[in-house]
Amino acid sequence: MAERLRADLVLEYPFTRTTGPVIGAFLTGLREGIVLGIRRFDGTVLCPPTEYDPETSAPLTELVEVGPGGELVSWTWVDPPRPQSPWEQPHGLGMIRLDGADTPMVHGVLVGGPDELSVGMRVTARWRSEREGHIADLEGFVPEGAGR
Amino acid sequence: MRDVAVVSVAQRQTKALTDTTEVELMVPIINEARGAVGLTQDDIGFTCSGSSDFLAGQAFSFVHTLDAVGAVPPISESHVEMDGAWALYEAWVKLQMGGVDTALVYSYGKSSPGSLKDVLCTQLDPYYLGPLWPDAFAMAALQARIMLESGAVSEQRLAEIAVRSLNGAVGNPLAVRSSAAATIDSVLAEAPVADPLRPSDCAASADGGVAVVLAAGDRARELCERPAWITGIDHRIDPHQPGVRDLTRAPSAHKAAAEAGVGADRLDAAELAAPFTTQEHILEVELGLGPQTAVNAAGGALAGHTMMAAGLMRIATAARHIHEGRADRVLGHGASGLFLQQNLVCVMEGE
Repeated sequence: MAERLRADLVLEYPFTRTTGPVIGAFLTGLREGIVLGIRRFDGTVLCPPTEYDPETSAPLTELVEVGPGGELVSWTWVDPPRPQSPWEQPHGLGMIRLDGADTPMVHGVLVGGPDELSVGMRVTARWRSEREGHIADLEGFVPEGAGR
Repeated sequence: MRDVAVVSVAQRQTKALTDTTEVELMVPIINEARGAVGLTQDDIGFTCSGSSDFLAGQAFSFVHTLDAVGAVPPISESHVEMDGAWALYEAWVKLQMGGVDTALVYSYGKSSPGSLKDVLCTQLDPYYLGPLWPDAFAMAALQARIMLESGAVSEQRLAEIAVRSLNGAVGNPLAVRSSAAATIDSVLAEAPVADPLRPSDCAASADGGVAVVLAAGDRARELCERPAWITGIDHRIDPHQPGVRDLTRAPSAHKAAAEAGVGADRLDAAELAAPFTTQEHILEVELGLGPQTAVNAAGGALAGHTMMAAGLMRIATAARHIHEGRADRVLGHGASGLFLQQNLVCVMEGE
């Protein structure tokens, strides 16, 4: 059989994008160490926020601060951690409904093992010290009372 | 509306096509589908394919695969960066417009050379989810836990679905995972791969391709002894962000099924393209499938899931039930999205 030819291929997306008034505000909020949601017309709050209502497509504009504490709605355990992800240790991946929000967001849950995770447990945001307006400015969520 | 039918299908699926290019994969499949009804590319009015540049690692990769069709002299052709089930929808619309009476639809996926988990991350939004690189199994696990905690499904039921696939796939040459010995207990004894999902809850990844020939009206009757007439076809989409909907439900699947007229009569067989037992359960509920319907009788997508082709393979398999006289009314389903956000339902009937 002929020798197979091999070549490395790096997939990339070498463009910059503007993030707009809602996602941009959310990311700026992360840089400042706060989490923003957005109010829908029925009074409920979406977090993470979207520019348009996912059901009615109506534009949404009223940003509200939520969290930093919240409730774990669902979780799984990621081991080994994904190579491109912000985490270098095995970690929980969770859906967290922050206080003041009605919808959960997906993010890491930083505990020692899956035994420390349960649906309904209270968690709170842990921030990176250097933040740049990126979802990974949030290092993840930790059990309430486990430190900053 | 014009009467449009699936008149011929051909498919191949295997664990890994290491030394086969997409063109080499598709040449015999397309030839088989056309040849079975005595057609050459000159007889095809419209050609439409579904595949992913992200899997191939190359922009406009589908253009290469046109070599398997024969694009000289020039043909009328289109492509969707979606499962082939949506290519079939486009071809069906083209046939509804008139002007052509036949269409060739094909799709293929070869995920074995790369990391499918990484490729699937590229369909996530680039701000909230994408940068976290959550893999598809972990995301499905988040959905599974919500389903289990809320009582929308039980571990027992998920194991039943897994066993149905493992047992049903025995002897199916298209299946890449089967087991005559699998039982509910053996599945429940598996260690989780993405807690709470077990290996048998997750579809077995495969490489493969599928081709389908559609024909309208009398042309379909000329070509095929028992055409699989498409009596309803519809596709819908739910919001991208997983938090904004009840993850125990799939409103898009429910709506598509209603628009396709699924509940209008008895269904003999349903072929569902869900890549997880949890999502197969959701579909059974949303589509209103009862005990009279044989669901994924030969293993379905869980027994072999070719990215970009799984849905068209389910439609092809369902159509074959009609062609071979095993069923009178069937359903084929295609899906996309880590949380089953996109659903296509195709109902077919024999005369």
